[in-house]
Amino acid sequence: MLDGVRSGAAAATASAGSMVSRDWTQKYGLLILAVLLLLVLPLSLGVFRLGLAAKYLSLAFCAVGIVLIWGYGGILSLGQGVFFGLGSYMMAMFLKLESTSADSSAQALSSFFGSNLPDFMVWNSVEMLPWWWEPFHSVWFTLPAILLLPPLLAFMLAYANFRKRVGGVYFSIITLSLSAIMSIVIIGQQGVTGGVNGINDFRTFLGINLDTDEAKRGMYFITCGLLLLCVAAGSFILRSRLGKVLVAIRDREDRVRFSGYDPALFKAFIFAVAALFSSIGGAMFTVQVGLASPSLVGIQPSVEMVIYAAVGGRLSLIGAVYGAVLVGSAKTFFSENFVQYWLYFVGGLFIFVVMLLPDGLAGLLGRVRARLAVKRAPTSAPTQPERPIGETGIAK
Amino acid sequence: MSELILSVEDLTVSFDGFKAVDGLNFYVEKDELRCVIGPNGAGKTTLLDMICGKTKPSAGAVRFKNYNLLNMIEYQITRVGVGRKFQTPSVYEDLTVFENLEISDPRKRGILGSLFFKREQDLLGKIDQVAAQIFLAEVLRHKAGRLSHGQKQWLEIGMLLMQDPELLLLDEPVAGMSAREREQTAELLNRISKGRSIVVIEHDMAFVRLIAHKVTVLHQGKLLAEGSMDQVQSDERVIDVYLGH
Repeated sequence: MLDGVRSGAAAATASAGSMVSRDWTQKYGLLILAVLLLLVLPLSLGVFRLGLAAKYLSLAFCAVGIVLIWGYGGILSLGQGVFFGLGSYMMAMFLKLESTSADSSAQALSSFFGSNLPDFMVWNSVEMLPWWWEPFHSVWFTLPAILLLPPLLAFMLAYANFRKRVGGVYFSIITLSLSAIMSIVIIGQQGVTGGVNGINDFRTFLGINLDTDEAKRGMYFITCGLLLLCVAAGSFILRSRLGKVLVAIRDREDRVRFSGYDPALFKAFIFAVAALFSSIGGAMFTVQVGLASPSLVGIQPSVEMVIYAAVGGRLSLIGAVYGAVLVGSAKTFFSENFVQYWLYFVGGLFIFVVMLLPDGLAGLLGRVRARLAVKRAPTSAPTQPERPIGETGIAK
Repeated sequence: MSELILSVEDLTVSFDGFKAVDGLNFYVEKDELRCVIGPNGAGKTTLLDMICGKTKPSAGAVRFKNYNLLNMIEYQITRVGVGRKFQTPSVYEDLTVFENLEISDPRKRGILGSLFFKREQDLLGKIDQVAAQIFLAEVLRHKAGRLSHGQKQWLEIGMLLMQDPELLLLDEPVAGMSAREREQTAELLNRISKGRSIVVIEHDMAFVRLIAHKVTVLHQGKLLAEGSMDQVQSDERVIDVYLGH
């Protein structure tokens, strides 16, 4: 009996050290990604292609968030475009006001309108800057707003629903409707949102000309830095006690209440984190692509973000980045060459991944690794093809 | 009479007009191990559901120590010291046995607390101790989904022990267990009943005899009989509706 207790103690201590079996792809995954993003891509791509990569990487923020909420929280959100859009539009409002105040023709008109009006407002006969545009003159309002507002909204929305035990497919439908509503509102309120054209034609950010190659490279590196930070933050969350509770909630939410946790709070928290990531991605997208558009907040982009995560592997934060870049590149390739087939391709890809690779590329890598391990050590104990932490199966 | 820890009074719940529990009075004392028996549909599981907050009663009162449990929701009831084990073992299959026990520990159940939680030595000791008690010390690193049915039952009991509850509600803890496992579980329950109260729902009369201090018999949502095992087994009404002649 005593022996049993003692070996139990040893096992516990050992398992406390590394709760999840981590091999080199998991240990060095972030490092490999960093080398690829910070060295290989900038050295091998021209400014134009690097700009495209930056665009996909901005969308990868959403995919990383989706891994957290969908893969680990069991919340399938079809509305991450909303939070991407909020970040994107807030950044666009700031950039537009800065560009407008430096624009001589707008200055000429300012005696009419009392202040410099963005060009699209003038075209739409809007004669006064709406009050909610005013704070976006200040970068010290804009940047904190990008970091705080979307997560706050996400938290309130999610907590209100989850507290009332609205979840699963119903919550997915709510997020889907939200992204539809947001794009409809933006298109409908053309005078103050830029409508279907979006907000574009920015020149500077805090006086820095955005069109130079140096600025573009600089922004690329900032995007990569922030993205790596988000991946690192995500994996910190998943390794924490909160991450374990999250997995428990995904698999048995009802039981978690009887372990003394409030599942609604945890789900709302992780949903807010995903919203934060999406918002940062949206802001970086707008600075680099020079555009905030309703075509990036609606249903289609929101669903595409889920596909990025599914292709990369919905249990792998790092996989989500590869998923976003690969699917994004494929999208560019197809839309450059066979425009009308793009949507069929996306649909086919999604079906293929869901049916044959439920854990995406990361899952494929795991399977190959497990097979190699068995080959290398055929006599040792049967190796469990352990996925990072997770079960297969779509949206529970 | 020693101190009451749980008092259930005039408890009634009806589902679409069917009264699953009907004007039931039920009292549990400190340090008592109570068994609840009765035929299918007698309202045993529903009674536990109402104590732990899973089901809201239509009428009546449930008091645990000084708390009115009817004003509280599940996780609050858990936090004041009521632990519930479900009929089908409910463990977190994708987590290891260690992790299952760890997240059941009552410290740091908030967002920030659990995000920045640092595992301390005393927690490791507690997990080892509980794991040894529930016969799972050897499989701490296994995913809970790989355990046998009986081991899952033990793990769920262990998860409750981690919560340090003063009242344990166990719904059929030996269902699906081998004879040997049943014996071990009886020992386990007798051991852990020191210093806390336990309510066990069970059909296995031999098992009930091994552990019960007192037995309550429910029938059609009402109290049919209550007393020692011998009293209950010789009660004519109990023999009629449940034990058989």
